Amino acid sequence: MRRETIHAYLLLLPALVLLVAFTHWPAIETLIDSLYATPHGGHPAPFVGFDNYTDLRDDPVFWQALRNNAIYAAATIPASIVLALLMALAVNGALPGRSALRLAYFLPTMLPMIAVANIWLFFYTPDYGLFDQVLGWFGGGRHNWLGDAATALPAMIAVAVWKEAGFFMIFYLAALQTMPTDLREAAALEGSSRWNYFRRVTLPLLMPTTLFVLVNAVINAFRVIDHIVVMTRGGPDNATTLLLYYIYETGFRFWDTATAATLTIVLLAILALTAWLQFGVLGRRVHYR
Amino acid sequence: MLRRRALLTTSASLLAAPAILRAQTVQQLTFYYPVAVGGPLAAIIDGYCKAYQQETGVAVDAVYAGDYSQTMIKAVTAIRGGTGPQFAVLLAAEMHSLQDQDILVSLDDIGLDPDARTWLNGFYPAFMANSHADGKTWSVPFQRSTAVFYYSKAAFQESGLDPDRFPTTWAALADTAAKLVKRDASGKVTRWGIKMAGDLGNAQWTFGALANQAEQRLMNDAGTEVYFNQPKTIEAMAFWRSLAETHHAAPDGVSNWSQLSPDFLEGNAAIIQHTTGNLTNLRDKAQFPFGVAGLAGKNSPHTVVGGGNIYFFHSATPAERQAALRFARWISAPERAADWSIRTGYIATSPAAYETPALKEYIAKFPAANVARTFLPVATGELSVHENQRVYKTLTDNIQACLNGSMTPAQAMSDAQGETDRILRPYKRA
Repeated sequence: MRRETIHAYLLLLPALVLLVAFTHWPAIETLIDSLYATPHGGHPAPFVGFDNYTDLRDDPVFWQALRNNAIYAAATIPASIVLALLMALAVNGALPGRSALRLAYFLPTMLPMIAVANIWLFFYTPDYGLFDQVLGWFGGGRHNWLGDAATALPAMIAVAVWKEAGFFMIFYLAALQTMPTDLREAAALEGSSRWNYFRRVTLPLLMPTTLFVLVNAVINAFRVIDHIVVMTRGGPDNATTLLLYYIYETGFRFWDTATAATLTIVLLAILALTAWLQFGVLGRRVHYR
Repeated sequence: MLRRRALLTTSASLLAAPAILRAQTVQQLTFYYPVAVGGPLAAIIDGYCKAYQQETGVAVDAVYAGDYSQTMIKAVTAIRGGTGPQFAVLLAAEMHSLQDQDILVSLDDIGLDPDARTWLNGFYPAFMANSHADGKTWSVPFQRSTAVFYYSKAAFQESGLDPDRFPTTWAALADTAAKLVKRDASGKVTRWGIKMAGDLGNAQWTFGALANQAEQRLMNDAGTEVYFNQPKTIEAMAFWRSLAETHHAAPDGVSNWSQLSPDFLEGNAAIIQHTTGNLTNLRDKAQFPFGVAGLAGKNSPHTVVGGGNIYFFHSATPAERQAALRFARWISAPERAADWSIRTGYIATSPAAYETPALKEYIAKFPAANVARTFLPVATGELSVHENQRVYKTLTDNIQACLNGSMTPAQAMSDAQGETDRILRPYKRA
């Protein structure tokens, strides 16, 4: 018994060492750093307790970043998941040109986010960009998509959904492919409608996949900011500043490491809370076969 | 056989050299540089490095690191991580904040012989404005510019304007720009009169020129104070906003720096405010005749200098610092400065460069290349304070709020002043 325990720990050791060295220890370091001021010119940083946190509470840009991120998450997560499911259902059946369609849906995922952002920069160009040209045919006017505070964040959300839906589609497609056909036959014998079958059989069986996709979508909503860096840099007037971008800016542009550490702790807390909600609450209701 | 002999000779000469000399001879240098304009600038810089290696045997690795702020971030991050370059081309206006970082070494500390001091005195004084602090010299002018207007002569003619007379006052500029706007049958604008960059990293430069046009300085020399809420500064902001709001000559909201050249080349903007460093790029790509004009002003033309200087980092060894300084002297020599100016449009950094036959001949053939230089006497230094990036961001946020119509010019400038005062408070006390 003891021997087995030792074996188990030895097997876990490599992963554990990596996790502690690159995830847990830095997180603890960050927590400690968030209690100190930013060091200046070689002097050691003085301990300031929770001052960084109270400063953050009074920082309007922080609240705007938080609000932006909430909107961004609330829009990208459901939109990309629903779109992914619809696309997976569309390319699951026997359909001429099916693999070409699958490839088309998956293409955005294969492109690096930087490339995607540059393509969309052209789409969003005012006057002669793709969107303004197409809208122009229908009598639409000019849109300064990225330069207008009202449309900049929705524009970023659209890029994220476009980029992510294809990736999530793959998981749904894999799940749909492994679904036994006898269920469908049985349902057909019972005279169940297609919608009923989808709602009562397909959707519940897809729940484990949905949970997995949801976890990924939530993480991405806080983690992927490459398009912000390329397209708007958080502007205009912080309209597209997301939490992680704000951390990057404070940490690496302003070198205000204490505030950046404090922001990081806030982000970690948000992610920990959502992880707990997802696995603790939702996870229990997911039916694994 | 041949290779083996070569190897033997090399090792023999290495052995023959005194040990101390070998330790001091730097064979490899790395520097970061930004590109802020279109055109094949990276290839030009690589060409200089290759020529330098052939001349001196020192391999200089030039690393393209993005635009100005990205290059700054990468250089500082790398130096903090202990793997930084020995020198870098960074925004001339970053001097104060690079000193905050405590990573620079001054040219005086690297060591300047009388010969080197003569060399330093050879630059245009306007380009050394951001190089002096604490009685020392901290950077060497490299890719220097002023903001200029590029305007489409074709659009001028089409709108019934004289393409050889460019307006010199704000009122005339607004009037001209409004006339240049072209609409299609449905009333949709197909050509804007004027576009100026308001995105992060560029808004403060555009605005620096406008403030100077209202004859207002934006900061003190020590970089501890800003004058954003002065009446003349607010007037400058109001003029910028009025181009869209009152004169309908510019689009609403924020226009991006990187979009201005394509807009101009596409015929979507008749006038753009851009760096003179973009001249050669536009000359090569424009399908229509265009002109270069100095910026206008409230009463008379005024502009702002910009661009990058070479900074040296104290993380380099003393021998590396000296090697870097030798390279800086080589690349800023009149012939190279002239070549760089011809191939990019940046202003050659010394009067001596304008005496070289190559540049003289080029200007005779292409007079537009001389416009920016003639505006140096009415140019001010770029906004340069401690915590530069943070102040840029604060100012830009408020400029953008104003351009988006969510704040009046006075509100925006007073907010920018308040926030900047908070940021600079520790430096004012010191």
